[in-house]
Amino acid sequence: MSADSMYQEIILDHYRNPHHKGLREPYDAQVHHLNPTCGDEITLRVALDGDTVADVSYDSEGCSISQASASVLTDLVIGRSVTEAGKAYDAFVELMQSKGQLEPDEDVLEDAVAFAGVSKYPARVKCALLAWMAWRDAVVQASADMEGSTS
Amino acid sequence: MGLCMTLDVARIRKDFPILDREVRPSVPLVYLDSAATSQKPAQVLDAMRDYYERHNANVHRGIHTLAEEATAIYEGTRAKVATFVNAASPSEVVFTKNSTEALNLLAHVLPFGPGDEVVVTEMEHHSNLVPWQLACQRTGATLKWIGLTDDGRLDLDDLDRVITDRTRVVSFVHQSNLLGTVNPVDVVVAKARSVGAYVVLDASQSVPHMGIDVQALGVDAVAFTGHKMLGPTGIGVLWAPLARLEEWPPFLGGGEMIDEVTMAGSTWAVPPHKYEAGTPPIAEAAGLGAAVDYLTDVGMDAVRAHEHELTAYALEQLQAVEGLRIIGPTTTEMRGGAISFALGTVHPHDVGQLLDERGVAVRVGHHCARPACLRYGVPATTRASVHLYTSTDDIDALVEGLRAVKAFFGA
Repeated sequence: MSADSMYQEIILDHYRNPHHKGLREPYDAQVHHLNPTCGDEITLRVALDGDTVADVSYDSEGCSISQASASVLTDLVIGRSVTEAGKAYDAFVELMQSKGQLEPDEDVLEDAVAFAGVSKYPARVKCALLAWMAWRDAVVQASADMEGSTS
Repeated sequence: MGLCMTLDVARIRKDFPILDREVRPSVPLVYLDSAATSQKPAQVLDAMRDYYERHNANVHRGIHTLAEEATAIYEGTRAKVATFVNAASPSEVVFTKNSTEALNLLAHVLPFGPGDEVVVTEMEHHSNLVPWQLACQRTGATLKWIGLTDDGRLDLDDLDRVITDRTRVVSFVHQSNLLGTVNPVDVVVAKARSVGAYVVLDASQSVPHMGIDVQALGVDAVAFTGHKMLGPTGIGVLWAPLARLEEWPPFLGGGEMIDEVTMAGSTWAVPPHKYEAGTPPIAEAAGLGAAVDYLTDVGMDAVRAHEHELTAYALEQLQAVEGLRIIGPTTTEMRGGAISFALGTVHPHDVGQLLDERGVAVRVGHHCARPACLRYGVPATTRASVHLYTSTDDIDALVEGLRAVKAFFGA
């Protein structure tokens, strides 16, 4: 087992040049999640347009894995339907819980397949999941608000 | 092995079986996380195995041979610990689960209430902060704290403002686990005494590395833990003068801590048993006794001198790494061998991961001292920490690893 399997070039690229970073208006829900054991933090906003994830913006601090994971997440979910994005979420969570035993589907996960190696390091899985958990939380809140306003 | 005038490190390392292992094939362990927990010499492991193989019984109960042997081992360690920290009597040594339990015990039994104030410092481990926060919530007392200076010291100019006539307890750390700072106990004690406050010292990081004299410190209570001083996990120590242990109420109730029990009420055993409810950590006491013997044989003066030399070397080598910032004192003056740092913009998690690839074990995170991390504007640090078995080769491996981390991240 070598760190090379965790620090894939794709991950390092996203870490050095994160996509969609920064907090933007408008948004329907904002959440703040942190990893208390290591101090990684993220503030994440979701804007929905009907059933479409119109935008995901974020401000975060943390290790390369947590930063790259947030960047990869935004690429995968912005512009997709909530249902489609949810499938990517499910696939990513399953991959991170696989302890390196799962061959990821590149059609579903795109750049996120690079995180397969991270799943072999239990201490780092939380880093990779931080942005995804925040996104899930924000989507649930935004969807609930939307239902509340239309009923 | 690096040159060391004060200690035969090569010989000492032979006593620690784990230092021979490889983390991965052909990657030997470089252990620089002794502030989290120390490694254990074979003598400690043997003592625990011998206890279970030959003497296992409950203590202070029964009159059979094994029970008497187990009791002798358990009480023997109490006497060894008392001598090790220069307590006036073994009865002043209370065994707990760890330092955290000792500090929680104190936060429960020390007398304070609404209008009273409890003082800690901004460099406390959570174990000497959260119990006092809880106690203040419970009693209506107010928690205050002494701030820190930019170079990682207690802000002593703050003392007169923070410690007042309302202060009932001052509880502070002897040596910071995050910053490595050794605090001037005499200055804080003098101020606390002038207002009649109890003084508690968290000596978790000082007892294993410098040895202490509890009577000379002039405090009311000291907490430390076995597993950082070559002993096993699961056993810690509370020291307090006998008069205090007699005066304060019990903490946990149960067997062993009582004198006379009726359905209507109970009276308490004499200290230290008054504070040792339930079956204690007996095998752990056997191990701790062996650890104290080991440190005593080597000599705490030699341990201290060796670590002082190593710390000087590490500070010098680390500061030669471009972009590395020490969080804490940058010289060996009033400082121990736990060294926290930031490496440019590389997150400590990434530093720790890549160092592990090279077999170098360091701690990353907030080290259970998050307020101090916030004070210095870092969410987390990387920390290297030494013990008597650490060599300059270990420091060299760390520094070489850090240069590789910088190269990897282009930092």
